[in-house]
Amino acid sequence: MGAAATSRRPGARRRLLDAATWLTTPLLPDDYLGFVNPLWSSRELRGRVVAVIPETSDSATVVLRPGRDWLGHEAGQYVRLSVEIDGVRHHRSYSLTSAPQADDGCIAVTVKAVAAGSVSAQLVHCTAPGTIVGLEQAGGSFRLGVPIPDRLLFITAGSGITPVMGMLRALAGSSPDAVLIHIERTREEVIFGAELRRLAASGRLRLHEWHTDRLGRPTPADLAELSVDWLQRETFACGPGALLDDLQSHFEAAGAADRLRVERFRTPLVAAGEGGRVSFIRSGRVVDAEGSTPLLQAGEAAGALLPSGCRMGNCHTCVGRLRSGRVCDLRTGEVHGTPGDMIQTCVSAAAGPVEIFL
Amino acid sequence: MKSASPLERLSSEDLDAIAHEFDALRDEVRADLGARDAAYIRRIIAVQRALELAGRGTLLFSRHRPALVGGTALLTVAKVLENMEIGHNVMHGQWDWMRDPAIHSSSWEWDAASTARSWKRSHNFQHHTYTNVVGKDRDLGYSAMRVDPDQPWHPVYLLQPVYGILMAATFEWGIALYDMELDAVRRGERPWSEARAELKAFARKAVRQLGKDYVVFPLLSGRSARNTLLASVTANVARNVWVHTIVFMGHIPEGAETFTEEQFERESRGGWYVRQLLGSCNLDGSPLFHLMTGNLSYQIEHHLFPDIPTKRYAEIAPRVKVICERYGLSYSSGPLGRQYRSVAKKILRLSLPGGGPERVQVTPPERVPVPEPLSTAEPLASAA
Repeated sequence: MGAAATSRRPGARRRLLDAATWLTTPLLPDDYLGFVNPLWSSRELRGRVVAVIPETSDSATVVLRPGRDWLGHEAGQYVRLSVEIDGVRHHRSYSLTSAPQADDGCIAVTVKAVAAGSVSAQLVHCTAPGTIVGLEQAGGSFRLGVPIPDRLLFITAGSGITPVMGMLRALAGSSPDAVLIHIERTREEVIFGAELRRLAASGRLRLHEWHTDRLGRPTPADLAELSVDWLQRETFACGPGALLDDLQSHFEAAGAADRLRVERFRTPLVAAGEGGRVSFIRSGRVVDAEGSTPLLQAGEAAGALLPSGCRMGNCHTCVGRLRSGRVCDLRTGEVHGTPGDMIQTCVSAAAGPVEIFL
Repeated sequence: MKSASPLERLSSEDLDAIAHEFDALRDEVRADLGARDAAYIRRIIAVQRALELAGRGTLLFSRHRPALVGGTALLTVAKVLENMEIGHNVMHGQWDWMRDPAIHSSSWEWDAASTARSWKRSHNFQHHTYTNVVGKDRDLGYSAMRVDPDQPWHPVYLLQPVYGILMAATFEWGIALYDMELDAVRRGERPWSEARAELKAFARKAVRQLGKDYVVFPLLSGRSARNTLLASVTANVARNVWVHTIVFMGHIPEGAETFTEEQFERESRGGWYVRQLLGSCNLDGSPLFHLMTGNLSYQIEHHLFPDIPTKRYAEIAPRVKVICERYGLSYSSGPLGRQYRSVAKKILRLSLPGGGPERVQVTPPERVPVPEPLSTAEPLASAA
């Protein structure tokens, strides 16, 4: 189908649906169409699980067919999924590991189960094909960019391989000079181990596996030794915060901070502040929150429907205007806030009573 | 002789203990909510939409008598479920814990003349906060009827048996106007700008509501247009009368107490629970009857725990009764027929001056309690 046809069709569909709301008001036609096919909803973007493919003993790739409003993604980006566990929706972001514009129109995320009962465990161990999950459009600035750099260095640890796997798959057609240093506890635990070694064997990737059970944790100097020309490369790193912090200092010391791009899965949260009563003005919810609980989490636990995005202080989707009180930035421990400030609820906890326009 | 109103009789320690027991019950149910509850509301929503589709579809052929009768019945049942077991309860936030944006109090809009926004303020906040406080609970007679002897008499109430019936038939429109609190604007208690925005939203919604039922579907029915129009009117009036009936059974039958502003002002958390309990009346019936009332037949449980999913009310009712028994509180309940007669009698009697035999003149602190609860069927209720 030509581009013109695809761009015209949604317009016609939208007009038809608008007309149909005269039949379904106060509901939307979607509320009925959703019974026929949940992916037809334009109220909410959804995806259907096509397959769950085990990668290692505690990780799996979840292949999804997104609804038709999915706009596609770039390699390295993440998608936010919402998954229902025991009747309650949970939101988590996962890196997309499928190459963009796959022929079958499907996308994939690869998930490592972190703890029993968690969203990740549910996805890895208890998700059947056919399950419907909520989706948001892909996000994140951890991308190869255009044009794709000629010389690439990837440094990953654990499930940090996932966004980079998406990049490596996207590079399949071209043949840049790519080096991957991957850190994992053992050889067996390497997610995508077989595929990475195949890529290396075919000469498309120079692969260095660093197994910490034998070698211990590497220092940035260790890694630089594995890729001596690291200063001539564009580096993409993803892994635990400590590793990324070390790398950032190392690149800064070499005056090459701009050659390093990092993706952080989780911002380390520092418990601080005394907590307090939080009033979500628009939602009409009041909750007593602890000093270590983000406002977002406290509000959701109280049933408020709050805007949220990355949940690690990056995307500013969750911000709300402060009416009164002060909050503690869980990343830094800094207590701040004056009325009118826009507060990132996902990384701010109450420091005394707080009122926020959300 | 009965003792004074329980609110006066119970010590503050008793009230604190009552608060503790009801809080614990609430926490227990909240913690237990899960997949089975989520499946329940989704099933009810699916059934309601299927009924509505079936009803609307059948009515396209309503020039045939069986289609007219069957379609009207299906549409009426769909509309009742939509307002009661789904709309009212979702907008109470009973399902917010699921965090499903499609079944959330902040986003739900219902098939009624009131906009969700106006209704939530008027109902969730005002009625559920000031329940049965004479002079504060606007729902007590909906500012139009005299349903408590403590409401001062006015000659207009002579007509309340007549306009009460009209009000029942057009209930959703009355509620829509009432929810916007135009009387409060007139008194200067509510800014006009706020009311104007709500009026606009109401007008927009009214056009769509009326358009759907009385223009679009009749036109789609072609030669069946007239009968489809008739079916829409019938379904809406039938729902109005049903909703009006159930709503009036909640707080007005003999056995429901009213309270004074003074009592309200010095009320503790326990006192709040006791007022909700004594101000509400349940209806007895089958599971299907409870479903069709949106479980407002469990009015007592609903008023104690307005944001607990209604499906749970039947489960907790026996435990609520046990708590009532322990503190000598009446738990008022009766079948629809008897409660209806009780309300009708009250509306007729109170259309005339007086109506509070031997106790009209009583001053608030010594309010004489209501008569023995009617619910002889409830062994626990006789403890008072």
